Formats: sequence, C-alpha cells, structure tokens
Amino acid sequence: MAKDKQAAIEIKSFGTHHVITQPNPLRRVLLRVPESDLDDPVGRAEKALAGLSGEFKAWMTIEADRLSAAHAAVQLDGFNNETRDELFRAAHDIKGDAATFGYPSAAAAAESLCRIIEHAPDLNAVPADLIAHHINAVQAIVRERTKLDTAVVAGVLSKQLRGIADEFLTRANRDRPEHLEAILAPSIVPGE
Amino acid sequence: MYRIDFNKLRFLICDDNPHMRRILRTLLHSFGAREVYEAEDGATALEMYTHYVPDIVITDWSMPIFDGLELAQMIRQPESKGNPYAPIIMLTGHTEKRRVTVARDAGVTEFLAKPISAKGLYQRILNVVANPRPFIKTKTYFGPDRRRNTTNTYIGPERRGSGEVEVMQQPSLLEKARPGI
Repeated sequence: MAKDKQAAIEIKSFGTHHVITQPNPLRRVLLRVPESDLDDPVGRAEKALAGLSGEFKAWMTIEADRLSAAHAAVQLDGFNNETRDELFRAAHDIKGDAATFGYPSAAAAAESLCRIIEHAPDLNAVPADLIAHHINAVQAIVRERTKLDTAVVAGVLSKQLRGIADEFLTRANRDRPEHLEAILAPSIVPGE
Repeated sequence: MYRIDFNKLRFLICDDNPHMRRILRTLLHSFGAREVYEAEDGATALEMYTHYVPDIVITDWSMPIFDGLELAQMIRQPESKGNPYAPIIMLTGHTEKRRVTVARDAGVTEFLAKPISAKGLYQRILNVVANPRPFIKTKTYFGPDRRRNTTNTYIGPERRGSGEVEVMQQPSLLEKARPGI
C-alpha cells in the first residue's frame, strides 16, 4: 500500500550474523507538518472509542458468560487440555479487555485466575472454591457495576482474591523456582 | 513535526476476540486508515498476510491452535515468498517481562500490553513507521535488531562475533513480494 520505489537491501555479513538494512519502506507515509497543525488523531480515536462505550456493558456480559460457561465445562469434565485452555482464554480476554470496557476490577480478578491456571502445578489440586470465587467475582462485578458503592467493593474483592491466589501459588510452587520467579515478578503495566 | 498519512497504510489485525477487533478497527479508522483486514486466528492471518501484503501487522498473542507468537515466527522466515520485514505489533493481555522477551525473540517489533489505549497504539505505529530498526540474521534469529540502545553502554555478554565485513546489495524483498509497485 505504501508505494515506495524500493531501493536495494544492504547486507553486512559478520562472523556470526548479518545486519540487513533497507531504506525505510514506509517513509513516504510520514508527512512533515507545521507545529501549528491541529490534526489530533489520538483525540479523534479516543472520541470514537467513547462512541462505542454504549456497547461495553453488553460486551462485558458476553465475556463474563463465556467465562462461566468455561467454568461449567471444567466442573462437568474436570481439567483437560480443552477445558483448561478455554477457561484460560476466557479469563485472559477479560484481563485484557475489561479495563477498556470500564471494569478494571473484573480485569484484576481475571488476571488472578489466569495466574492460577498458568502456574498451579496440578489444576485438579487447586481448591474448587478458589476458582469458583474468581468466576463469581467477575460475574458480580459485571452485574453490580451500576450501583454507586460497587467500585470500591469490587476493588477490595479483587485484591483479596489476588492475595489468596498468590499465597496458594507461592506455597504450591516452592520447589519450582522458575514459576515462583514469574509469580513474584512485577507486571510491566504501570500502576498494577 | 511529523504526522502519519494513515490512508496510505494497509493493516492486518489478528485477534480471536471480536470485541477487541472492533475496538482496533475503530481506532485505526479514526487515525485515518482505510485498509484494515481482520483475521480471527493465526492461520487465517498468515494467508491474508501473503495475499494482502500489509504494511503493519497487529496481533494478539493468545489464540486457539495457531497463536500470535507462531504467526510472528512464520512471517519472519527470511526465505519465504512473502515480506519477512513487515513491522509486527503484539497487542496482548500478557503483562510479564519474560513474555516481552519471548515475543522479542520471535521477531516482534513492538509490544503493547492491554488494556489498549489510542495513545499507546498510535505511539507504537509511529515508532515502526518513523524508526525502523535494521534486521539481524543469525543461526537462531531473524528479526528486528533486539538492541534498541544505540549508544556504547551495553554491558552484557558479547554474543555477536565481528569478523570480516562483507557488503552485498540485493533487490528489495518487499519489491519481490509486491510485483508491479
């Protein structure tokens, strides 16, 4: 799409590696504009995102229901590759999307569940209540969001769940240093 | 000051979650992009990549069967018929440092942790457009230079041997991938 006349690629060969340089194929999409340029693509995109926000509640409900369905499958069949992966993906999607949809506490609860699925040495040995509490928390946060006092409660609930999950994971992984390191490592997302 | 002419860029986005695809599409269209192709899994994305030859790929990591990491590895095949140099932005819910390292070693150009923001996405796109890094090919890696720091302050082990420098000129692979441009 970006139509540049393609110049040659230059390859410098060294003992163990090659360094490959080509003129920037996207250079022509860069426009020099005066400092006074008023175009604000980020502001425009934020407005467009705000325009979608009317759909976020419905989307979040779909995501939370998917998580509950994945949990129901685990309760029915136990953990196998299929049920584990679907529960992880459902939780992982909520972890990534829920804050954008206005449900940061649901994202935090889902992240805690992801950590359990990723780092528990034996998922069948994880207390069923610990997993169920995460699912119920996400559902409750989504259901009760419109009540004025729920933001604080949701935050406290997610923090408590994370604390309990981390305590369990730290104990369960005491002989697995690579998992322990991952569990205790800070997130790369500021403010978490 | 520079601005990106988005309507000349072709995007491929790959995410199994339809809500996230809708958000991405909305953001890219708002930036000014007109050509945004969507795939819901890595295999479809790879087909679309070969067919549409996008300028920039934005992919999720965690997807069923063929995930975003595998997609990046498939794109970064120096001998492939397609363009192995396209910038890849990994947009993911994974927020652990070790994941960033794994993505980097698969040839991902930029890493953007969810939750997504218009500003974060714009900055990543601006970076891949305005500041492309040279590619490095070794026995075990092909992708953008993983050393972003261009000063001489690197203090880790030196893994790159020097040896004689031999410079070869070759026709652009992007040109090969897009005949007639």
